[in-house]
Amino acid sequence: MSAPAFETRVRQSLYAGRRWHPAEIAFWLLAGAACLLFPRQSLLLNEIAILALFALSLDLILGFAGIVSLGHAAFLGTGAYAAGLLAKHVTADPLAGLGVGMAAAGLLGLVTSPLVLRGTDLTRLMITLGVALILYELANSFGGLTGGADGLQGIMMGPVLGLFDFDIFGRTAYLYSLSVLFVLFLVARRVTNSPFGLSLRAIRDNPLRASASGVPNGKRLAAAYALAAAYAGAAGALLAQTTQFVSLDVLDFHRSADLTLVLIIGGAGYLYGGLIGAVAFKLLQDAIATFTPQYWMFWIGLFLVLFVLGGREIIHGAIKTVAGRFARLGKGAAR
Amino acid sequence: MLTILFDGIAYGMVLFVLGCGLSVTMGLMNFVNLAHGAFAMLGGYVAVLAMQRLGLPFLASLPLAFLAAALVGIVLERLIYRPMYAKSHLDQVMFSIGLVFMAVAGTDWLMGSTQQFIRLPVWLQGRFEVAGIGIGRYRLFVIAICGLLAVSLQWGFTRTRFGSRLRAAVDDARVARGLGIPVSRLFALTFALGSGLAGLGGALGVELMGLDPSFPLKFMIYFLIVVTVGGTSSITGPFFAAMLLGVADVVGKYLVPQVGAFIIYALMVVLLITRPHGLFARARA
Amino acid sequence: MTHRRTILGGFLGLALAGSVSGAALAQEAVKIGLILPMTGPFASTGKQIDAAVKLFLAREGATHGGRKLEVILKDDAGNADTTRRLAQELVVNDKVSVLAGFGLTPLAMATAQVATQAKVPEIVMAAATATITEASPFIVRTSFTLPQASEPMADWAAANGIKKVFTVVTDYGPGIDAETSFAAKFKAAGGTVESVRVPLRNPDFAPFLQRVSEAKPDALFVFVPSGIGAQFMKQFVERGLDKAGVKLIGPGDVVDDDILEGIGDVAIGAITTHHYSAKHDSAENKAFVEAFQKANPGMRPNFMAVGGYDGMKLIAKALEATKGDASGEKLIAAMKGASWESPRGPIKIDPDTRDIIQNIYVRKTEKVGSELHNVEFATIKDVKDPVKARK
Repeated sequence: MSAPAFETRVRQSLYAGRRWHPAEIAFWLLAGAACLLFPRQSLLLNEIAILALFALSLDLILGFAGIVSLGHAAFLGTGAYAAGLLAKHVTADPLAGLGVGMAAAGLLGLVTSPLVLRGTDLTRLMITLGVALILYELANSFGGLTGGADGLQGIMMGPVLGLFDFDIFGRTAYLYSLSVLFVLFLVARRVTNSPFGLSLRAIRDNPLRASASGVPNGKRLAAAYALAAAYAGAAGALLAQTTQFVSLDVLDFHRSADLTLVLIIGGAGYLYGGLIGAVAFKLLQDAIATFTPQYWMFWIGLFLVLFVLGGREIIHGAIKTVAGRFARLGKGAAR
Repeated sequence: MLTILFDGIAYGMVLFVLGCGLSVTMGLMNFVNLAHGAFAMLGGYVAVLAMQRLGLPFLASLPLAFLAAALVGIVLERLIYRPMYAKSHLDQVMFSIGLVFMAVAGTDWLMGSTQQFIRLPVWLQGRFEVAGIGIGRYRLFVIAICGLLAVSLQWGFTRTRFGSRLRAAVDDARVARGLGIPVSRLFALTFALGSGLAGLGGALGVELMGLDPSFPLKFMIYFLIVVTVGGTSSITGPFFAAMLLGVADVVGKYLVPQVGAFIIYALMVVLLITRPHGLFARARA
Repeated sequence: MTHRRTILGGFLGLALAGSVSGAALAQEAVKIGLILPMTGPFASTGKQIDAAVKLFLAREGATHGGRKLEVILKDDAGNADTTRRLAQELVVNDKVSVLAGFGLTPLAMATAQVATQAKVPEIVMAAATATITEASPFIVRTSFTLPQASEPMADWAAANGIKKVFTVVTDYGPGIDAETSFAAKFKAAGGTVESVRVPLRNPDFAPFLQRVSEAKPDALFVFVPSGIGAQFMKQFVERGLDKAGVKLIGPGDVVDDDILEGIGDVAIGAITTHHYSAKHDSAENKAFVEAFQKANPGMRPNFMAVGGYDGMKLIAKALEATKGDASGEKLIAAMKGASWESPRGPIKIDPDTRDIIQNIYVRKTEKVGSELHNVEFATIKDVKDPVKARK
């Protein structure tokens, strides 16, 4: 095969990946309509949107670059504290806070990436975990700045774009978070279907071969890691802004652990996994916790065990069927 | 100063007994079992119940804790762990966290969420002084038991038939099976041993670390630190890692309490960066 | 590209569309949203309060001021953002008239804005950092504040020949509150204080106690979250500090009634100042403890339980005063200055700060019959939260 022909094929496959599947459009329409369909659940929806963004961030490194992490909460927390502190001391504009949160977390990601990009999976898990725990203790120690265990108080947010005030029903919060999620999702979608994304997948599947074919492994992974960190920072900023409060909890281990669960439930490596996982995990947790506030963990645990033992095939099969049906519907409409 | 060293060693010993079971299952069977802490908790509760309800003496409750955890381990291994061996690490993580959640909520339901305690026999309480070093009797007891365990484990793995078969099975399960080594039974036994050790560690740790339903979650991080820093291919690795972390943590907190919380994590990160495969990594393909 | 922008515009546009009127409909039952950590490391706090709330409804009836009280229990597992979301949902969806519970300081703080915005009273039944009530004009507290319990300890220590104190506290809000308030007061009385803070996640107290034993103080002032107290006490004795003549003093969290039996005889001799002991000598308390233990076999009510019980009592009293009007401002107005005889003794809600004014008792842990108890031997009457009193 000649070089130009190969290039054309790669190009075509990348373009094909960028094309919108009807099920995707339906997914986003449904997400947008959710706040009209379930007006009483806006707050929960907001939490889902934030968790989904957070999971999307992990998916970028886990699903596409193959970097495992148990310390993603470090970036969530950095973003949350950066956005919270900015809102408290400088400006109450949410978008500025979002930018600062992303920048702070992205920077942290870039700085810590040399630590993470070595060793085996297990070493990576533990180093990321260690970094997050150290940040947790730091945030606790600098109580004067972060409020320590009492949490960061007194965040007052201005209206989004100067127009939409945050209301107690959480509708603005949800639509704001969902909009951010959507925009960042578009960016992620574009990035993963670019030559850069392709090179990440090459590294994930076979690092030796990738570097032999001229991919600068370290730099690419560092870039991906920083990007994912910025995404997690955005999730943290959204969390801080919509709850107008930051506690040490955002840096805690269970955030990272839950996140991993969310992504595994949804399936990594196709961007929607984190989103679907977030919806499933939160709804399940909320439903069980309403039913039994004391022992919900047991049922979640049982669900996880059964899921791994064989439930996944069933669920993922169902999702594929639905997506396939939408595809047919979409084609039918086009004709 | 020597007193604090002694305390650190005792603390490290408990970490070792809790963690070495995990390193056995993780290193030898390549299975990430985060539910390890649940077995430790089981051991702890068995010891507590044996003493409170049955009135057994402390020493008798320790083997009971080991046996109970090992028994549950072998049953679970046969029933639900087996299909997990072939799955990816992430699946194993999720599966075992699910087990932890169930164990936490189940224990809460059965035993309540309050702290559980044991009453030590009189001869294990208090402390005595040797050449100006204050020595806690219970800590000495823990060091003795754990030291004995470490030596016998090391001996068991390197010198006995069981050990050599196991190492063979780990290095290449298919060839080992071909040579007539009953690999799956070997794995089941190893898993039981690992769980039993966790149970014993849990029982020993009640006095030093406390026991409540959130135990497996609270200490999961510590087990993992010991195992990753120590490496998973030997007994000596986790042993020295546990010692090092235990002593560094205790001594560090004593000398500079202001940064006490950071020491163990910082040490872990530094060690992992300099020795990504563990302290005493064996070259592996 | 255009349809993407349309979707994006749609999301933001929807924010404008339709604003549901939030006017609460008049309902028969007054709903109380009870948010507690029922799972996680602070689950025992949640259980104590939950049990006390149920006990209140069983003993004193569910109807007050002509309205029936209906409690909706939610678990926040100790996560502040979950607490806040649950509070918002309870206010918006369930239309609760009162929010209650709050096991930890950040949880109460995170909800403060919701309470202010929705004008719904927030009854803090457990969290104990002094500043909580300042976070919103709708916060009322029925538990205690750590300075309130810690400062009398300094007075007692200074009056009883203790000159040199070493403080060991857990390194978070309440611990720092306890340490600073005690140290300031004790130094003012002429004593010397050395301090060390223990990280929150800390399984072994050996290094800190070793420092204490080398400093050879007259007394060791300790605050650790309830539950961890047991290990601390055991290691205190294991290290022989009791025999070396170091007195163990502090606010009562370390000898929490809930776990005192489990701590065992090592707790004997600890001197603590606190607002409640299950052994408090009054008819109200005897009846309360008896009823509590009957309803929850094997459990002993602790200061969390009494905070929950009094929280319910406060809501009931306020409703009686407003004759069933459950609007937030009226309830808060009725709560200010409310006073009654609680199982812990006489208490009053300070009309200025909405914090609790109560007696602080000096207690000694002793064996009473076959049980361990904190026996009160001195009373400091009507203590206000000293942090806010100084302002």
